[in-house]
Amino acid sequence: MSAQRRTNESASAAGRASEARAGWAMSSPALAAIILFFVLPAIASLALSFTDFDIYALADIGNLRFVGFANYERLIGNPLFWKAVTNTLLFVGFGVPFIVALSLFAAMLVNSRWLKWRPVWRVALFAPYVTTLVATAVVWRYLLHTRYGLVNYLLSLFGIAPIDWLGDPHASLPAILIFVGWKTFGYNMIIFLAALQTVPRELDEAARIDGAGWFTRLRHVTLPAIAPTVLLVSVLTVAGMFQLFAEPYVMTQGGPAQSTVTILYFMYEEGFKWWNLGSGAAVAFLLFLCILAVTLVQLRLANRSGAI
Amino acid sequence: MNIRRWTVTLLAAFVALLTIAPLLWMLSVSFMARGEASQFPPPLLPSDPGLDNYRMLFGTFGIGRFLLNSLLISTLATALALLFTIPAGYAFAKLRFKGRDATFRLLVAALVVPGQIGMLPLFLELKAMGLVNSYAGALVPWLAGIFGIFLVRQYCLSIPDEMLEAARIDGASEAQILRRIVLPILTPIIVTLALFVFLGSWNDFMWPLIILADQDLYTLPVALAAMSRQHVQDNELMMAGAVVTTLPVLILFLALQRFYLSGLLTGSVKG
Repeated sequence: MSAQRRTNESASAAGRASEARAGWAMSSPALAAIILFFVLPAIASLALSFTDFDIYALADIGNLRFVGFANYERLIGNPLFWKAVTNTLLFVGFGVPFIVALSLFAAMLVNSRWLKWRPVWRVALFAPYVTTLVATAVVWRYLLHTRYGLVNYLLSLFGIAPIDWLGDPHASLPAILIFVGWKTFGYNMIIFLAALQTVPRELDEAARIDGAGWFTRLRHVTLPAIAPTVLLVSVLTVAGMFQLFAEPYVMTQGGPAQSTVTILYFMYEEGFKWWNLGSGAAVAFLLFLCILAVTLVQLRLANRSGAI
Repeated sequence: MNIRRWTVTLLAAFVALLTIAPLLWMLSVSFMARGEASQFPPPLLPSDPGLDNYRMLFGTFGIGRFLLNSLLISTLATALALLFTIPAGYAFAKLRFKGRDATFRLLVAALVVPGQIGMLPLFLELKAMGLVNSYAGALVPWLAGIFGIFLVRQYCLSIPDEMLEAARIDGASEAQILRRIVLPILTPIIVTLALFVFLGSWNDFMWPLIILADQDLYTLPVALAAMSRQHVQDNELMMAGAVVTTLPVLILFLALQRFYLSGLLTGSVKG
């Protein structure tokens, strides 16, 4: 009897050991890849930013020197860097409210209880999100053409004079925002839809019977109920705005008058056009600090409201 | 009530039409003759629809090569991502081993670090490994998919422990349990993850732009961006290129949208 139990115990101890072995065996390939191709480069980015790694060092590593904060100092003195930072902040400042409002509107429309054939509209509104960014950026470049573009044609029907969307430094940023809004609102809409479905219909109904109008109900019933989701979507959109690259690359090449150079676009040119990898790494690290700051604010707010 | 029903539905139809109009226009212009779209007012439909633009793309511009590159890279990226993330996600959910929870917490924290941060050092690392300007170099970021591990782990948590325990008592090895019991249960999330990685790698632009220097290796987005810089005037040709680039993923999404949308919610709301 006791011998029997002992065999069972040793069998289960062996089972434990083999389970632990299997656990490591199954997770270590992925962990190795993550360390090698994600963690290591991210840390190396910081180290690289303190060197003068450039095309000469690329040819012969012996030319590499440690330069301390020189890259950061040079960035702070570089007007184009500040232009990129300002542009990115403008994208955040105008883009986030615009895209959040657009997504919420779409979600409320699709969530409406009077809507027929809901799945059809939901897929149609989501479709731009899965399209290839470069391809649709090319499409929008022609849609926004000053003379032959459909956008200016539609505006002309309302008596609005043609706008040089991609050639005027004041119109280029809104032009890219319209494209980014069109491309991404479907994603946020799906997140909003899930949140809206948790808002009790009776609450909205009661407010309606009390004579509250559409906007009053939005402000006092719907928005408070989905506030954590509004926050989540805002933060996701901020992070997205910090990562704009292909849009200016394809549509404007950073122009006109550098009005659409974003931080990531600037990093790409520093690193892979001019081969100033040290300086480019410094840009990457500053970008990381920005995104980290935004994420910490997200986590704090989410914790406070119990969103996630 | 009925009027309200129709107003809301009509409004939704209008917004939906406005949303897919750029895609419909892209398709329509791709069948137009050269220079036809450059008129005012812009024509909506081709007067004499033809496949000349597509013939030129596949003939003169050799877009077939880029299409094959994209197909190859996306398929391999998907296969490799599944191979790496599914066992890891399962292990983090169901197998007890030392350091598991601490490691997983670190991974979740790393989820907020965007991949672009390490792009320059990764480029240098791959250069040292001789992988710059190769398919392998383009595939590398898809091996390190923390999000995929997270997705699989979430799904695995719902598998009852008794089921795995019973298999162990029957003498099944851990690898057999993963293959015969866990994988069949995971089918929906595997489809979702495969779809995410395939679409993600197909649509990816910045990394292939950096790592692929040789034109023969270009993926569709990189080739299209290069072409659009050289052929700004060829509106109709570029639209055909955009169709070739984006239609495969659009069709794939439409066919499997259920898996895509459910995975999206697991990833963003619960994450």
